[in-house]
Amino acid sequence: MNKLKEIFGGDIRQFGMIFALVFLLVFFEVATGGLVLDPGNVINIFQGNSYILVMAIGMVLVIIAGHIDLSVGSVAAFAGIVVAIAMRDWGIPWWAGILLGLVIGALVGAWQGFWVAVVGIPAFIVTLAGMLIFRGANQYVGKSLTIPVPEQFQMIGAGYLPEVGPRTGYNNLTLLIGIALCAAIVFGALRNRRNQRKIGADVESGTVLGIRLALICAAILAVILTMASGRRGTSLPISALILGALVLLYGFLSTRTIIGRHIYAVGGNRHAAELSGVRSKRVNFLVMMNMSVLAALAGMMFVARSNASGPFDGVGWELDAIAAVFIGGAAVTGGVGTVVGAVIGGLVMAVLNNGLQLLGVGADWTQIIKGLVLLAAVAFDVYNKSQGRRSITGLLMQNFGRRSTEETTEKVGQES
Amino acid sequence: MVDATPRAPILEMVGITKTFPGVKALSDVTLTVRRGDVHAIVGENGAGKSTLMKVLSGVHPHGSYDGTIRYNGQDVAFGSIRDSEHAGIVIIHQELALIPELSIAENIFLGNEETRRGAIDWVKTNNKARELLARVGLREDPETPIKNIGVGKQQLVEIAKALSKDVQLLILDEPTAALNEEDSQHLLDLIRGLRERGITSIMISHKLNEIEAIADAITIIRDGRTVETLDIREGAVDEDRIIRGMVGRSLESRFPDHTPDIGETMFEISGWTVAHPQVPERLVAKQSEFFVRRGEIVGFAGLMGSGRTELMRSIFGHSYGTWLGGTMTLNGKRVDLRSVPAAIDAGIGYVTEDRKVLGLNLLDDVKTTTVSAKLKKIARNLVIDRRAEHTAAEDYRQALRTKTPSVDYGVAKLSGGNQQKVVLAKWLFTDPDLLILDEPTRGIDVGAKYEIYGIIQRLANQGKGVIVVSSELPELLGLSDRIYTISEGRITGVLDKNEADQESLMRLMTQTSSSGSIPAPTPEDVA
Repeated sequence: MNKLKEIFGGDIRQFGMIFALVFLLVFFEVATGGLVLDPGNVINIFQGNSYILVMAIGMVLVIIAGHIDLSVGSVAAFAGIVVAIAMRDWGIPWWAGILLGLVIGALVGAWQGFWVAVVGIPAFIVTLAGMLIFRGANQYVGKSLTIPVPEQFQMIGAGYLPEVGPRTGYNNLTLLIGIALCAAIVFGALRNRRNQRKIGADVESGTVLGIRLALICAAILAVILTMASGRRGTSLPISALILGALVLLYGFLSTRTIIGRHIYAVGGNRHAAELSGVRSKRVNFLVMMNMSVLAALAGMMFVARSNASGPFDGVGWELDAIAAVFIGGAAVTGGVGTVVGAVIGGLVMAVLNNGLQLLGVGADWTQIIKGLVLLAAVAFDVYNKSQGRRSITGLLMQNFGRRSTEETTEKVGQES
Repeated sequence: MVDATPRAPILEMVGITKTFPGVKALSDVTLTVRRGDVHAIVGENGAGKSTLMKVLSGVHPHGSYDGTIRYNGQDVAFGSIRDSEHAGIVIIHQELALIPELSIAENIFLGNEETRRGAIDWVKTNNKARELLARVGLREDPETPIKNIGVGKQQLVEIAKALSKDVQLLILDEPTAALNEEDSQHLLDLIRGLRERGITSIMISHKLNEIEAIADAITIIRDGRTVETLDIREGAVDEDRIIRGMVGRSLESRFPDHTPDIGETMFEISGWTVAHPQVPERLVAKQSEFFVRRGEIVGFAGLMGSGRTELMRSIFGHSYGTWLGGTMTLNGKRVDLRSVPAAIDAGIGYVTEDRKVLGLNLLDDVKTTTVSAKLKKIARNLVIDRRAEHTAAEDYRQALRTKTPSVDYGVAKLSGGNQQKVVLAKWLFTDPDLLILDEPTRGIDVGAKYEIYGIIQRLANQGKGVIVVSSELPELLGLSDRIYTISEGRITGVLDKNEADQESLMRLMTQTSSSGSIPAPTPEDVA
């Protein structure tokens, strides 16, 4: 019995955030009488929130570097309208439209990065200005009209994986992706374990690892199976696929590459980073620019899903993205946060939204509850820090998927 | 013994035990302070000195520790720092708690404002502030913003603030750590003056010479326990005696043995001129000129504000101020290093003076800090090899004998000495030819200092050039092969190890442009 507790003990803490998500899912599943985990609804949750989660990925990097971006909604709307007009009036193909959107994001990002990194104006001010500028630009370019986008373009927001291969009752491609993902996770974990053993680091017991991997894979397969078993013609949404690819890319970028280290270093202590040879201006420029590129992508995904670009697209998105990042354990002061954490934080908000909606709770109460959840998540974090414990959502997500060898007891009573 | 009427103790702390989750910070500590004494508390970093003071001042409230505190003959139970201040116990922390943008008077009465019908009475505030400033020997205008006075005067303002609260027992945590010799002397005089007026002081300090000069009694704490209390009036106590108590062993010497093996000149600057970043007409380095030879430890002595740190940071990739001119030669080649990455690539390392503000990202762990100044070394195609990172960090942990549970442990939780070792590891990892160390042992206990001196000497033995900037003259004299002095941004002299002593250095360090300067010697003069 004790043994069992020991096995699960570390993992329960590590997966605290995920357990919160699972709790919400179970709660709403029961409360709505099974509506939440219906294949159609699961697909809907992903399709309806992927663009917010894509922005949360950019936002977490901005916040880790110690900044904020309030302009993402306006930038998304601006990119969306320009792309919609370019495809309708100039007749460029859908893929060129996407490229154009990304280039616009990069240009907007370079503009904001310039003011933040080179001139040294706080990002809060620069992006507050950007919020007004690009909202206005959206309405000027689109003459405050709604502009439809072609069907092929709608794939990135509303499309699904196609049906191929034998009829299995499931969407075959979706199943394949799920299986490949599980295989990759198991392979990665085993390789990591082998490496740790080689360098003589502490290695967790095989049982713990096995149970954890089984849990992760079970969760992935459950989601995948649900989506694959939906109405024929629906399956894993393309937007969720884009999101998944970005999570893998940015997760790797932030934890395993030099630029990722530099982002954490600049956010943690800018002066120390500069005196260690980090070019902080370049880092700040890049995170701001990257944010706008992802905002433009999110804008296009949204336009694609709603079939048209309008003058009020993206209003309030920045708040959803920022909330996701902080629920996911990032620190307001910078230097702390993870890509995976931000996405899970975003999913918590998404499930909450969806579940309350299914329960017939009005927009008024939904907002109040979301606000309280955000406050509670951060308060929990702050409380844990003040108790001298490590921040659970924050620092544990930093070691996400990897057992922390660190002691949890803090050495206290140090002098000077 | 001879004293027939021993003064009653103002404070008796008996059997103080304070436990944090997983750590026993204090166990059964006893501290008795006589009224009117200056009572020094010494101990290595992490020994429990600050924790003890936090228990006394109510930062750790009554109930969170075991044991009793008797103050003025009565048992007291402080629930907060307000309670202890009410009883006349005021603590002045090492990091000054002053607000830079507010005036001296506003700072003194912060949280304790002089009001009339709910509004601040500025006349009364400023008048009372002027009185208090006079008591600590400051003649500043009370309306001067705190940021416009030096750190030495700020420390005096803190004491004035304490006096405004009718202090009976003043606790000073490392009061002279950030002060130069002159300001330190002034502060010690002031503490003596307070003693004459019957104010008892408890002083935590690492500077044993100061303790020797001022303390009436010394309590030594080691590993959360009281080792002993030495009464100065029962007989003189020398530094070695104190060190023995602190480290639990006798340090034969405070510097490891070292025979320098000095080679050819490997680094040289001349005509180096740098302006202040915000005030272009103020020069922080004026036509500076010096050289370092292989295997040589070169000391830099200067008072605070003399421009020593500014010079070093400007050499380190122009990371301070506006460079106006001058040449740099490294390993026989003229180089022009205009950014920190360029300086690191060229083989220059710089250990900053303020560990927590400039040297460390306190959110990082030991291994990420160790490799942070040269990530390229452990990366392939911009992707970090975590195995190489772990191995490198582990190697340096062992080589420098850093005390940490593992290299995955957060640097914020290490003691000062071990943090400094991690910072050293970070720079050693960059394989520097020239390593500049700015105040490498500030705020570090005696045992760790000794080890860090050893590390510095090993570097020199490997044929590298080492520059040590320090405020502690005994440290420079013990460590350096040659010492330059800086004053007002100019190099005012250079002394060989055997011709330098504290007096000769201090003379050169305080030489100002008006007091008749001599030109700095050229390399040929001393080579």
